[in-house]
Amino acid sequence: MKPAAFVYRAPASLPEALAQLREFGGDARVIAGGQTLVPAMSMRLARPAALIDLNGVAELAFLRAGADAIEIGAMTRQRTLERSAEIGRHARLFHLALPHVAHFQIRNRGTFGGSLCHNDPAAELPAVAAALSAEFVIAGASGDRTVGADGFFAGLLSTALEPDEILRAIRIPYLPGSCGFGFAEVARRHGDFALAGAAAVLRLGGDGTLDLARLVLFGVDDGPVRAHAAEAAMLGERPSDDLWSAAAAAAVAGISPVADLHASALYRREVAETLARRVLRQAAAELRDG
Amino acid sequence: MADGKVAVALTVNGERREALVEPRLLLSDFIRHVLRLTGTHVGCEHGVCGACTVLVDGAACRSCLLFAVQANGAEIVTVEGLAGPDGALAPLQQAFRDCHALQCGYCTPGFLISAHAFLRDTPDAAERSDAEIRSALSGNLCRCTGYQAIVKAVRQAAPAYREAGLEERR
Ligand SMILES: Cc1cc2nc3c(=O)[nH]c(=O)nc-3n(C[C@H](O)[C@H](O)[C@H](O)COP(=O)(O)OP(=O)(O)OC[C@H]3O[C@@H](n4cnc5c(N)ncnc54)[C@H](O)[C@@H]3O)c2cc1C
Ligand code: FES
Ligand code: FES
Repeated sequence: MKPAAFVYRAPASLPEALAQLREFGGDARVIAGGQTLVPAMSMRLARPAALIDLNGVAELAFLRAGADAIEIGAMTRQRTLERSAEIGRHARLFHLALPHVAHFQIRNRGTFGGSLCHNDPAAELPAVAAALSAEFVIAGASGDRTVGADGFFAGLLSTALEPDEILRAIRIPYLPGSCGFGFAEVARRHGDFALAGAAAVLRLGGDGTLDLARLVLFGVDDGPVRAHAAEAAMLGERPSDDLWSAAAAAAVAGISPVADLHASALYRREVAETLARRVLRQAAAELRDG
Repeated sequence: MADGKVAVALTVNGERREALVEPRLLLSDFIRHVLRLTGTHVGCEHGVCGACTVLVDGAACRSCLLFAVQANGAEIVTVEGLAGPDGALAPLQQAFRDCHALQCGYCTPGFLISAHAFLRDTPDAAERSDAEIRSALSGNLCRCTGYQAIVKAVRQAAPAYREAGLEERR
């Protein structure tokens, strides 16, 4: 249970980190919080020739309210998001989800960017990013490029990142008006990865019908699943229990859950449908209670 | 040079320490084998059990999920740093003793550090529900006690932290 030997680099800036990553031509990995990478190295599931430590790259750790979005540096600790009043004001969904992410000792070190780049199918933060239509700012040799959440989460444990790229920041566009949020998951123990989970955002227009509806499932496929069809079917409708049930049924129609030691595929599908209904109800209750 | 050693300088329990280490040396192993501070325990070595929890610049972290080289320049507090300079038990440690919050003791250093961070950050911990205290301790596993006595000890130590906090703000 000891990691294999590697070369350690501690760059002080993003350009320096990018150059060091290129220097090892695909054999180097960046390390953020290390809460996924270090155990993987200890178990020799990962054996990078070099580690480029982003913890000294101050320009990657920030949280600011920009003109049209909250901008979060990739190295922002999960604990910082959890304690941020700015996040509470503009993206409260994070505050519903973060207590479910591991334990505070892990969140003290684990970063937002690290969780997104790892893209564990059962992870909470990729689901939150998908529900908030996050934009991902990726730094590479030829400058920055921005991709949406649908493009960033590319499949099981994989993302749109090339080996020589670094996730710089995540933009969470403001949602004007007052939104209701819902978040729920089922896990075997508090702090474990979810067996299944769901997140929802709802908003009412002036005529009392929904003019914004987002529903994301996680833990039930190879990454967070935005239920686009279910969302479209809710738009223009008045909130009702029947509507949530129909949306939840539509959402699970498109998933292909895995069966493993912890749960069968059927169980995951049923739990996901129940959770989808529950988070839509939660979000709707927030709308009602203002 | 993959086996090239790297110099680290850090503060551990208020004392400055310097060493040459392999980059792959875990902070937990550095603390135990190089510094010979064996209070920090290693249970699972992949972040699950919490026995290796230490404070890094004030934040409770798993020392098995950090490399010693990453702690360069940091301030570390291990369980040995909780007691007074004369070895007198801190109120939290005394509470663990009073409440029988340990049996084999393997998990205790991690629980002490986690509970210390929680109580320091939660001045009204004594008024919090058992569920909240349990949630704060959920990142530490104990195979002996059944947790009840640990929750009780944390509750008993809470007033001492509030008083220390008030003292500091004066
Ligand atoms: C006991 C335990 C329980 C956990 N429970 C949960 C849980 O319930 N839910 C959950 O979601 N997570 C859980 N985690 C994982 C935790 O949230 C991790 O912190 C997170 O998944 C990875 O973040 P990190 O900053 O530690 O990244 P690292 O471990 O440092 O990196 C992860 C991967 O992302 C890459 N990477 C990191 N940052 C960047 C970047 N800026 N650009 C490009 N690549 C990058 C790294 O190269 C690596 O491949 C748990 C971890 C532990 C140890
Ligand atoms: S030894 Fe570090 S968490 Fe178990
Ligand atoms: S006292 Fe034995 S593991 Fe906790």
